[in-house]
Amino acid sequence: MDIRHRNNVTVTGAADGQTVLLAHGFGCDQNMWRLIVPALARRHRVVLFDYVGSGGSDLSVWTEERYSQLDGYAQDIVDICEELDLEQAVLVGHSVSAMIGVLAARMAPQRIGSLVMVAPSPCYIDHADYRGGFTAEDIDELLASLESNYLGWSSAMAPVIMGNPERPELGQELTNSFCATDPDIARVFARTTFLSDSRADLADVTVPTLVLECAQDVIAPREVGAFVHAAIPSSRLVTLDATGHCPQLSAPEATAEAILDFLGTHP
Amino acid sequence: MCRADGISAEDPPEPAHTRSGTDPGHTGSTDAAFTALLEDSAEDLYDAAPCGYLSTMMDGTIAKINATLLDWLGLTREAVVGRKRFADLLTVGGKLYHETHFEPLLRMQGELRGIALEMKVSGGRRLPALVSSVVKRGAGGEQLLIRTTVFDASDRRAYEEELLRRRQDAERAYAAAERARLQAEADRERLAATLAVLQQTLLPPSLPAVPGLELASHYHTASPDQLGGDFYDVFPLTDTTWGFFLGDVCGKGVEAAALTSLSRYTLRAAAHHNPDNPIAVLSALNTALLRDPSVGIRFCTVLHGTLTPTHDGATVRLAGGGHPPAFHLSAEHESDEDSRVRPVELPGAMLVGALAEARFAETTVDLEPGQTLLLYTDGLTEARDADGQLLDTEGVAAMLVARTGPSTPAAVVADTVAFLAGLPNGTDDDVALLALGVPSAGTSAAGSSTDAVSIIASDRTQTLIESTDRP
Repeated sequence: MDIRHRNNVTVTGAADGQTVLLAHGFGCDQNMWRLIVPALARRHRVVLFDYVGSGGSDLSVWTEERYSQLDGYAQDIVDICEELDLEQAVLVGHSVSAMIGVLAARMAPQRIGSLVMVAPSPCYIDHADYRGGFTAEDIDELLASLESNYLGWSSAMAPVIMGNPERPELGQELTNSFCATDPDIARVFARTTFLSDSRADLADVTVPTLVLECAQDVIAPREVGAFVHAAIPSSRLVTLDATGHCPQLSAPEATAEAILDFLGTHP
Repeated sequence: MCRADGISAEDPPEPAHTRSGTDPGHTGSTDAAFTALLEDSAEDLYDAAPCGYLSTMMDGTIAKINATLLDWLGLTREAVVGRKRFADLLTVGGKLYHETHFEPLLRMQGELRGIALEMKVSGGRRLPALVSSVVKRGAGGEQLLIRTTVFDASDRRAYEEELLRRRQDAERAYAAAERARLQAEADRERLAATLAVLQQTLLPPSLPAVPGLELASHYHTASPDQLGGDFYDVFPLTDTTWGFFLGDVCGKGVEAAALTSLSRYTLRAAAHHNPDNPIAVLSALNTALLRDPSVGIRFCTVLHGTLTPTHDGATVRLAGGGHPPAFHLSAEHESDEDSRVRPVELPGAMLVGALAEARFAETTVDLEPGQTLLLYTDGLTEARDADGQLLDTEGVAAMLVARTGPSTPAAVVADTVAFLAGLPNGTDDDVALLALGVPSAGTSAAGSSTDAVSIIASDRTQTLIESTDRP
């Protein structure tokens, strides 16, 4: 099994710097990080990848059995750490990948030295006192929303992604990637993401952790950020003055700065 | 910026007909209508457009919205502008989709077209919409605001949902059919395996060693998923005598197999009861078949006998019930064609299990060195030759006469099997062969000391050849 090919692993940045592994969340692929990679790459070795089933990964090795639980995704991260023989790497996980990172750090503690959780949520659905922000019906609605975009997805998205005069770096190779995913795979990832409850796993986190939340985030509201911070004693909470669930896109400078501050490598 | 068609943005619009130069008579009225269109205010065109317009800040806060969209959503301008974000207008599912797909794509691509989202309409209804957005950039390339158009996609969505539902139905139907197919395949395999085991129980696992005699047999079932109705066995009766039988029940399948099984154990038990009276054995089977209600009107044909090796050969007592005659083959070197193959007739012998007062017949055959007795089922005599004619006993006899080489049981069985295989139409019935022979003086010492068993599993044909040195 060629892990680098399987997970479309990209390595860039300072070869002798501390390794930062960037894990994308549900929806898109490693291109989500593109706006903050330059800032990180100056002092760090940056590793990007796509989970099996996303972006440029090898779809032929995707199985519903493995990727219908977060452990399957965490295993992808552990596989990559072993392939690259990483030690004490910084794992930056966006959205659901923040929790996948917690599982990966537990599976391979020597490989992962610290965590950066970008817009994390250990549980999207409300439970008793816990406010995740969504009901089970809301999640069904998202799945329906995914379904309704299947019909036009592959044919409609390709020209959009291709026709991008302002950003020539988004080349031909992105035509079928980024957020375009096999509908059946996307459904499994969505279900696994939004129906997961990893609150109990937070207690296992012992490594230095940065919880990075947005001031306005529909998917991971501030109560959830506070919950995560409270559950991990070794964590630091930073609230970005950003809107939406993807600060690495909407506020890339502030996001990179917060990560570099945490790592002590801010210029 | 010049477009590919060469008309710059500064070019004044030009009525089409003046370029084509046709129909000058209508120029006046068309011009008036065109002028009226030009005077349609941009503001009104924006507000009352047949689609929704919306402009937001980069954080999604709505800065401008047209009346069409407000009307569709049942909202007032005051409640929206500066107060709501675009995502607030979406259903929860739409919001999640917006955050995980729409927003990232828009940020990266700068534009996005034809994304299906659902918008909330006051009163709890939903508006299926197709949404396109483009990011307006400043002179320095900085992202300034997002312009969005919204099309009412209710009809289109209904149609798409119909398509989706049909695809899901088709997928479910396919999955169900696939499950049924796999189940049927598994059932068939299990049945075939069961039948194969059952079939084996209807046959002797191997022929016993009879001192001074050579035995050979062959069994072929015509259909892999049907139990055959032919049977045979050879077994010790006393210290000096062996019993044997070969028979054929009418029909095929499970009922025939049940009858085969019943016939076999009845014949074996009756033969032990009457080791000196083959006809009594057949009568016992006749009675058993008639009294067993599960047998119904089924019957069988059987040859049953005893085999007693003597100092220079063997004595065979052979009784029959409605079965084709066995062939007595003389040793090759000692006979001419006319006497080489003799059918062992049992006149007056009736079917077994058909009538209460059935009569059976018995005869005695002395097997001398080099001679063989061949028993067979009607799968052989009812095979058809190249002209489509039934072989019948005459055809089988002719085949046996025409063969060359020694008349050992193994050779006779092998030649008969090869003959059947060479027929253009083969046989569509089961075939059982059982050959009992006395090795000739010349061959007894050599080549007969080992048992040879060949089983060809693929067509469920098996040939058993057993031989033993004479004492």
